Amino acid sequence: MDFQIALLLGQDGITNGAIYALLALALVLVFAVTRVIFIPQGEYVAFGALTLAALQAGKLPGTLWLLLGMGIAVAAIDLALAVKRGTARRIPGIVGWNIVYPAALTALLWLIKPAELPLAAQVLLALAVVVPLGPMVYRLAYQPLAEASVLVLLIVSVAVHLTLVGLGLLFFGAEGSRTPAFSEGNLEIAGFTIGGQTIWVVIASLVLIVTLYQLFERTLYGKALRATAINRVGARLMGISTTMAGKLSFLLAAAIGAFSGILIAPITTIYYDTGFLIGLKGFVGAIIGGLASYPVAAAGAVLVGLLEAFSSFYASAFKEVIVFTLIIPVLLWRSLTTRHVEEEE
Amino acid sequence: MQKKSLAVGVVLALAALVARADITVGVNVSATGPAASLGIPEKNTFALMPTSIAGQKINYIILDDASDTTTAVKNTRKFISENKVDVIVGSTITPNSLAMIDIAAEAETPMISMAASARIVDPANPKVKWVFKTPQNDVQMSTAIVEHMTNAGVKTVAFIGFADAYGEGWSQEFTKIAEARKLKIVANERYNRADTSVTGQVLKILSAKPDAVLIAGSGTPAALPQKTLKEKGYTGKFYQTHGVANMDFMRVCGKDCEGTFLPAGPVLVAGQLPDGNPIKKVALAYVAKYEAAHGKGSTSTFGAHAWDAGLLLANAVPVALKKAKPGSKEFRAALRDALEGLKDVTVSHGIVNMSAQDHLGFDQRARVMVVIENGVWKLLK
Repeated sequence: MDFQIALLLGQDGITNGAIYALLALALVLVFAVTRVIFIPQGEYVAFGALTLAALQAGKLPGTLWLLLGMGIAVAAIDLALAVKRGTARRIPGIVGWNIVYPAALTALLWLIKPAELPLAAQVLLALAVVVPLGPMVYRLAYQPLAEASVLVLLIVSVAVHLTLVGLGLLFFGAEGSRTPAFSEGNLEIAGFTIGGQTIWVVIASLVLIVTLYQLFERTLYGKALRATAINRVGARLMGISTTMAGKLSFLLAAAIGAFSGILIAPITTIYYDTGFLIGLKGFVGAIIGGLASYPVAAAGAVLVGLLEAFSSFYASAFKEVIVFTLIIPVLLWRSLTTRHVEEEE
Repeated sequence: MQKKSLAVGVVLALAALVARADITVGVNVSATGPAASLGIPEKNTFALMPTSIAGQKINYIILDDASDTTTAVKNTRKFISENKVDVIVGSTITPNSLAMIDIAAEAETPMISMAASARIVDPANPKVKWVFKTPQNDVQMSTAIVEHMTNAGVKTVAFIGFADAYGEGWSQEFTKIAEARKLKIVANERYNRADTSVTGQVLKILSAKPDAVLIAGSGTPAALPQKTLKEKGYTGKFYQTHGVANMDFMRVCGKDCEGTFLPAGPVLVAGQLPDGNPIKKVALAYVAKYEAAHGKGSTSTFGAHAWDAGLLLANAVPVALKKAKPGSKEFRAALRDALEGLKDVTVSHGIVNMSAQDHLGFDQRARVMVVIENGVWKLLK
């Protein structure tokens, strides 16, 4: 192994690590705010990438029908509740977000030809389809059980994951897709080539992480999320709606997931079930951060990426074994160093 | 009143008798899960199969095993205990098929597998008496690749395959034959179907500087190593296996796959076969039927394995019907004997000559070498 190979492996590891880091952040965010271990996180990666690929192929993505269907389901439940509780002023909002928006988006995609649009517009359309699925999944699967134990929420997560993977197979078929790179060409530094998309992934991840940080520090919504994460009951007493916080965290998680998928779709082939493994590696990163610390989770995820790249060189048959075995010493170390706090139920 | 109920009873009994006379085929495919890209065309093919053979109605019961061995076993038990099938077709993949053998043999029901490994019909196993299969063995395909490599002057080869039964099987067979023919294997790497990057493996292959690379994967995931190798500047020859023979692979791999060689069943290039080849007519008939239902360019060689299982039955059932009635133990035994006795049956993948020692029955006519040129499969003469 020479220096050149080490550099190439490092580059590969950091690219994948950046994606794992984004997913790790989303997982920590969702867990901190709602106590949900969000296994379906990876599905948004696959949905984002495959929706973009479908748009580019000039097809209406199957996720659009999912959006319409879930919108109707959410609207039906919320309208029934609004009528029962006599909160009629919420009705326009419910109908607007869950029925008018998906219908308008469908009409838009039907009328224009997404395949001929510039890439940036296609990316925005793909995000517009996939991201609202986040809060809808929260509304349908988790909100009725928001006060349940972590274990129950985990079981719900497994169910949601299996459902979404099954739908993914139905929508996109068993074979994978790739999308064209954001920009052609490579960057050369001292005779060492860095792929154009690699730079996109790393820069976009950094920008997203900084934006998230600003969101939590500077905006009212971000502060509300932080408050809910620290103390749910206290946040409620201060007038912060935990339902709103839950939906918002799922919205962010879906946005991060879908965007990650769009970022890596030009580097690798994405399948309906690719997301699970990517999400799982993000989860290893999140575990390293104890599902609580954002910077440690991000660093852990980059470590996972690097470990994966180097082990694929030395012992490719055992790559996954090495990556997932990492979790054992981490858990040991965490359980020895942290004082166990009984969870309030 | 009593008379009436008696009449109803007789009619019902007769109806039951007629229903029993139908031939029931239990089909177990992997239409979801990791092998879905193979199982879906197979499942589609059964919808195109004839509904009667030699005047007997055929009922197909199609179940999905989700590429999971336990489910495959469960489905097989259901076929035998609830549906009382006369013959089982399946599964799509090797591990599932191997698991199903025990149950089929125990219930003395013939089984036709659509999976590749030669182990499924290993004559050393007494249970294999009941088992047949339609896809070519890995050995036949490996021999074709090695032959082509030595003819093209390749001296060193790198191997990269799936980290599962498919990649392992290929690695073993290919290594054996390559060593016998003095081909040197300079790198032997693995990757996972769902991997997002194979840079590490590719760098290791590049540093070994092989004349050719053999990629043993199936469907679109097999495109990843080839794309990465091209991106990192590899200029040698590429070989793929017959696992990639569908249009989705072509779509994903694009121009990076130009000039790639692979062995395949003749059905892949049916239109280019010489007119004198008997396989051509049978293969084209299947392609026409499948494309009429699913659109142009939709045929894959995997669906053709299912079709061939149907053709074997179409030839064996009339023989078995002379000996016993469907739904009986005797019929199942007769059907097994008839399958084993098939001679010179032309199917879409080759010409079948079964014997007690060979429950596949293919010879060299069951494989051709193909090269990818301008985004289409081209038969190498």
